[in-house]
Amino acid sequence: MIEVQGLTKRYGRTVAVEGLNFSVQKGEILGFLGPNGAGKTTTMRVITGYLPPTEGKVTVAGYDVTEHPLEVKKRVGYLPETPPLYTDMRVDEMLAFAGRIKGLANRDIKPRMELVAEKTAITDVLKKIVGHLSKGYRQRVGLAAALIHDPEVLILDEPTAGLDPRQIIEVRRLIQNLAGAHTIILSTHILPEAANTCHRVMIINQGKLVAEDTPENLTARLQGTETMKMLIEGPEAQVRETLERVDGVSRVSSLPVTAGRLEVSVEMHPGRDTRRELAHAVVSSGWGLLQLSPAGMSLEEVFLKLTTRDTANEGGDGHSEAGDESSGNDGAALAEQGSEESQS
Amino acid sequence: MRHMLTIMRKEINSYFRSPVAYFLLFVFTLIFGYFFYTVVSMFLLQSLTQAQYAQMYEQSMPPMNINEMVIRPLLLNTSVISLFLAPMITMRLFAEEKKTGTIELLMTSPVTDLQLVLGKFFAALFLYAVMLGLTMVYLSVLFRYGNPDFRPLIAGYLGQLLLGACFVSIGLMFSTFTRNQLIAGSMTFFVLLLLWIIEWSGQNSGGAWAQIASYLSLTSHIENFSKGVIDLKDTVYYLSVVVLGLFFSVRSVESVRWRA
Ligand SMILES: Nc1ncnc2c1ncn2[C@@H]1O[C@H](COP(=O)(O)OP(=O)(O)OP(=O)(O)O)[C@@H](O)[C@H]1O
Ligand SMILES: [Mg+2]
Repeated sequence: MIEVQGLTKRYGRTVAVEGLNFSVQKGEILGFLGPNGAGKTTTMRVITGYLPPTEGKVTVAGYDVTEHPLEVKKRVGYLPETPPLYTDMRVDEMLAFAGRIKGLANRDIKPRMELVAEKTAITDVLKKIVGHLSKGYRQRVGLAAALIHDPEVLILDEPTAGLDPRQIIEVRRLIQNLAGAHTIILSTHILPEAANTCHRVMIINQGKLVAEDTPENLTARLQGTETMKMLIEGPEAQVRETLERVDGVSRVSSLPVTAGRLEVSVEMHPGRDTRRELAHAVVSSGWGLLQLSPAGMSLEEVFLKLTTRDTANEGGDGHSEAGDESSGNDGAALAEQGSEESQS
Repeated sequence: MRHMLTIMRKEINSYFRSPVAYFLLFVFTLIFGYFFYTVVSMFLLQSLTQAQYAQMYEQSMPPMNINEMVIRPLLLNTSVISLFLAPMITMRLFAEEKKTGTIELLMTSPVTDLQLVLGKFFAALFLYAVMLGLTMVYLSVLFRYGNPDFRPLIAGYLGQLLLGACFVSIGLMFSTFTRNQLIAGSMTFFVLLLLWIIEWSGQNSGGAWAQIASYLSLTSHIENFSKGVIDLKDTVYYLSVVVLGLFFSVRSVESVRWRA
């Protein structure tokens, strides 16, 4: 449904996206995951025809974006990062305008508006002025406007940004229900969000593809090492020395917080749970163990890990990949290809 | 065509949703009313003296032309007022969309740049026409109590409309250049003023430059219309300015995608 070949986008001399290749099948949900400035928005803007590519070719539903922009635009619903709404219009006027400008026939506008309003839970604000809505409601109106003409392809730039937790779940569910009939690309900073919602996740960093895999494989690969966060009362040097000697620990770093207290993060070899040993080592040395908890991996750590995997983590790889084998070789192969590309 | 109308409708609604349109119409009517009052009282005073004069010497009164003495100066004043107000009509057209990001909706919709530009152009021209239309309320008073000639009036209004179309087209163009309404507005005003007064520079220097300056000037072409003469040369001049402004607007909107 969507084909992107060798996409490069430069703004003057800054390279926002470089040599991106991917395709999205009909009915699939593809997630773009990446930190700020990774090039997610830029890629989406090229696909929607808002920006021309510097190099490369993008086709949507068989139409080249640069050659047949109108055909592509008819078929795409786009929710930009900041919902493009006229703040002086009422919500229903806004949706009617969005429908009309997308080429919806006049008689279809009202029923479509009622349908998408219900789907995005904005039925009770239809008569309100857009400018008076809260950020989350504006986000939902933006989503409704993107859906109004029932597009084959949906491009959603951080669709859950600014929503409350319950709405996040609702919108994720909505997106999942839309898949099948629609082809969807969404972007996010949040790893679990991509993992929960998408059929396939592409991780982008600095304009390049870092990894591409199913959420299951990705999480499996990321569980390779685990990091523990500890809060310890004790002398820094000795604490580090003692913890480093614990079996299964690969790396220890510490940071004094207040007098005598240390925040220590301990990286462990994959597949090993050494929490018991860590606690024992601290307590038996007579120091105070104030806290011991597994640390979730931040997005930055994920990139670091995925990009430096082959060099830094050679030993651990055998383990994790052996575990992956049952879940599918295809995913692993894809991932392999991804990281090679990012290095070349 | 349908898309153009959709855009036009949206712009007109937005003019009247905000205080902008009412403010402009109010200011325009106020200033025009003042001019109307002065011109008409002057005309009355003069005709009174003339009448007394005629009575004194027992002659028939020489005919006084209401078209020449009232309508023509009024229409010329109208164009000066619009020179000030036109930038306020056009400055928001693209600048605001760029600033708030709604341009992203328009440019990812199946609308061509030409439809977009024309939709906005006609919406602004519509507001200008409404403004112009309000002057007819005043002028209808003249028809009620006087006997003005119709044809020069039509020509006069046609000239004003063409002049307004030039203002709007140039203003629209500047609105595509920037995301800052104030800059768009002041640049429009500056250029319109320049095109207005360029004729004076010619009058001082004379020669070939005088002819060029007079041709380029927006003012010189309105005079014939105000006298009731529809000259092809003037019409062509105004229409070319309009088309040129629209052409550069479209090019600029296209290139936004290349730059942004
Ligand atoms: N209009 C622009 N002019 C110049 N550089 C730009 C422009 N838009 C984006 N960039 C640059 O391109 C790069 C990619 O930006 P992009 O907005 O695509 O990132 P993103 O992945 O969407 O980030 P975020 O998560 O913050 O939304 C950044 O380095 C950014 O500074
Ligand atoms: Mg972004």
